[in-house]
Amino acid sequence: MTSPGETRIHLSDITVRRQPVASIAVVGSPNSGKSTLFNRLTGLRQRIGNYPGVTVERHVGTLKTDDQTIELIDLPGTHGLSAHSFEEQIAIDVIFGRMQGTQPPDGILAVVDATNLYQGLYLVQQLLELERPVVIALTMSDAAKASGLKIDLEALSERLSGIKICPVVATTGQGINEIRNALVDLADQPAPKPTSAWPELAAAARELAKSATVPLRIAEIERLLVDGATGTNQHVLECLGSNAIADVERYREELFGFDPPLAREARVRYGWVRDVLADVQQKAPPFYSWRTRFGSVINRPIPGTIGLFLVMAIVFQAVFAWATPIMDLIDDASAVLGSAVTVRLGDGAFSSLIADGVIAGVGSVIIFLPQIMILFLFIILLEDSGYLARAAYLMDRAMRSVGLSGQSIIPMISSFACAVPGIMATRVIPNRRDRIATILAAPFMTCSARLPIYALLIAAFVPAQNVGFLNLQGLVLFGLYMFGIVGGILTALLIRQTALRGPKPAFALMLPEFRRPNIQTVLIQLLGRARVFLYRAGTVIFTVAVLVWALAYYPRATDIDPSLTENQAAAAQLEQSMLGRAGKFVEPAFKPLGWDWRVSSAVIAGFPAREVVVAVLGTVYAVGDEADEATLSQRLKSATWPDGRPVFTLPMVVGLLIFYACCLQCAATLAVIKRETNSWRWPIVAWVYMTSIGYVGALLVYQLS
Amino acid sequence: MEGNGNSLASLKRGQKGIIASVDTTDPLVQRLMTLGLVEGTEVELAGSALGGDPMEFRLFGCGISLRQEQARRFTVASPVSGD
Repeated sequence: MTSPGETRIHLSDITVRRQPVASIAVVGSPNSGKSTLFNRLTGLRQRIGNYPGVTVERHVGTLKTDDQTIELIDLPGTHGLSAHSFEEQIAIDVIFGRMQGTQPPDGILAVVDATNLYQGLYLVQQLLELERPVVIALTMSDAAKASGLKIDLEALSERLSGIKICPVVATTGQGINEIRNALVDLADQPAPKPTSAWPELAAAARELAKSATVPLRIAEIERLLVDGATGTNQHVLECLGSNAIADVERYREELFGFDPPLAREARVRYGWVRDVLADVQQKAPPFYSWRTRFGSVINRPIPGTIGLFLVMAIVFQAVFAWATPIMDLIDDASAVLGSAVTVRLGDGAFSSLIADGVIAGVGSVIIFLPQIMILFLFIILLEDSGYLARAAYLMDRAMRSVGLSGQSIIPMISSFACAVPGIMATRVIPNRRDRIATILAAPFMTCSARLPIYALLIAAFVPAQNVGFLNLQGLVLFGLYMFGIVGGILTALLIRQTALRGPKPAFALMLPEFRRPNIQTVLIQLLGRARVFLYRAGTVIFTVAVLVWALAYYPRATDIDPSLTENQAAAAQLEQSMLGRAGKFVEPAFKPLGWDWRVSSAVIAGFPAREVVVAVLGTVYAVGDEADEATLSQRLKSATWPDGRPVFTLPMVVGLLIFYACCLQCAATLAVIKRETNSWRWPIVAWVYMTSIGYVGALLVYQLS
Repeated sequence: MEGNGNSLASLKRGQKGIIASVDTTDPLVQRLMTLGLVEGTEVELAGSALGGDPMEFRLFGCGISLRQEQARRFTVASPVSGD
């Protein structure tokens, strides 16, 4: 409570003045080459932060000149100023300064694809109404020239209130300096006059602005008139005074009649764009370039579908085949490092913490870095070349039959690397129901963290024999991937029939032309992913590893028979450690699944991050610092119940694999679901649902066989 | 050639047509209009996925994919075969 005489100051009310920094928003439609240009301009001087309040990634780069620092904000792609997806909403809210704690940008860098002026000018037209200085970067001007397209830049600039237009080839860096110079004095320039495309709308907005209680931008009122008082427009309506609701209704009737406002806006604005294009564009772009020709071949229904499966097969092949040598190297290095530490420091708590806890624990996670990098490399390449959009288009019909649309394919493919970026990729899905159904399906995809336990158990318990010309072990792994896909699809189907009942998901997607991915853009994205992964390994996984080590190390056993071998002594120690006791405590719950207390404790330890399970199994089966797969799998094979029956029987192993395929053992995924759905409901639903399926599945397999 | 009153859904691969009218009741159709599918725009059918649905159209050098259900909302005048 605030006592009388005390003034409360909210943190958000305080604006800290730093050195004068001009902020410029980089706005453009998806695939306009926006990110490539952004990376060109800022290089590695960029940081990814969050907007306060909402946990949305904020990409900011800096551009330093002699006397000024310019902050460039890379926004998600948007086709216009009315939002049709969460991602577009973010872009629009930043442009209008509606993100909590942020100011509207001082200027706009509009990124327009020279080969697609038609859609680009639609956006530019709206940006010119923002009363902010605007400069245009005309990307892919080389591709435009190559396809015989001539653009009269002077005439175009004239039609766009005289703003500066800089042709640029972001991939080679041609024209970058001109843009940099244009950005330097952009913030001090006067805002351009809006185009004369739709004077009636501007007039109505100006009329309404007269009664506003706080100063409003004309463009904001225009959006209110066209889009209605939805989402963040609500605030504009509230600022317009008491008569506003009736006035807005009257103007909307005058402006749109019986037409849907959006349709009317599209007709008026594109009419103007066609008129401009007729003036400034020498020749209509040819419908076919070599890229579209290539696109049209692989876009024929049958070759396209076969091609898609081929591409996916190559990706998975690469992930397994290419990564192995590097993974072996990391494995050996961590084993050598571990034993070196033990030799140096001798026995004791500290030595054990470093060797068994830190090196073994973190090492068991770092080992997946090569696989994750290769998977991400392919997904970034597929995305940047425009192929993922094709995949969405090719798969739409199949996805429709399970109540999703082709757009859900992209997040699901990304989830094979990691569900976290996969779930973030659902932001482009316009409908909330479709989006949540996809979010719930995504964690079923076999992510790279599930691989180690699959690899360990398959190598140990599936005979390396051939079935026909196929390898049985490979076949089982493939089966587990399919199991994940089917599980995800059935989940989507189930949720669309129950909690998220609604109209069939719609599908409309821009299909960008194929283009060669830009190396710099790919590397920056890849490094970003590596950094996130290593950060996680250094923080979350490190903490879990140390915690698990401590739980297994303490309290020290006092009455261990000295005649026991080293391994037996370790096992006895573990049994009465906290981890062992916890495992024994939960053992009754997992006994019907055929798991002893060791497996149970490894499973418990894996809930924050499933990556640690192999490390914990290594600890609980007392392999110590010579942990490598061969010894661990031998240990697993020889593990017995007190009465001598083997623990790892085939039904138990199959059950364990099913449990891991389903169970949502990943705190990061739960956090990202919470963040993206903005409620605790969905992460809880996902966790309970997936864990129960895993448990019941393992139970059924074990009990029925 | 087919006469007037055809929809985008009836275009054949490589055929072009100019959008003559749009049935705007479907919100997704309105969304497609903001992407440039409005009256007076020349559109070409570039291809389709298995089973002819969804379809890929090209207009002014950009590609848009939509389903037959929405494509039927756009009538085209005088479809002609492309080059």
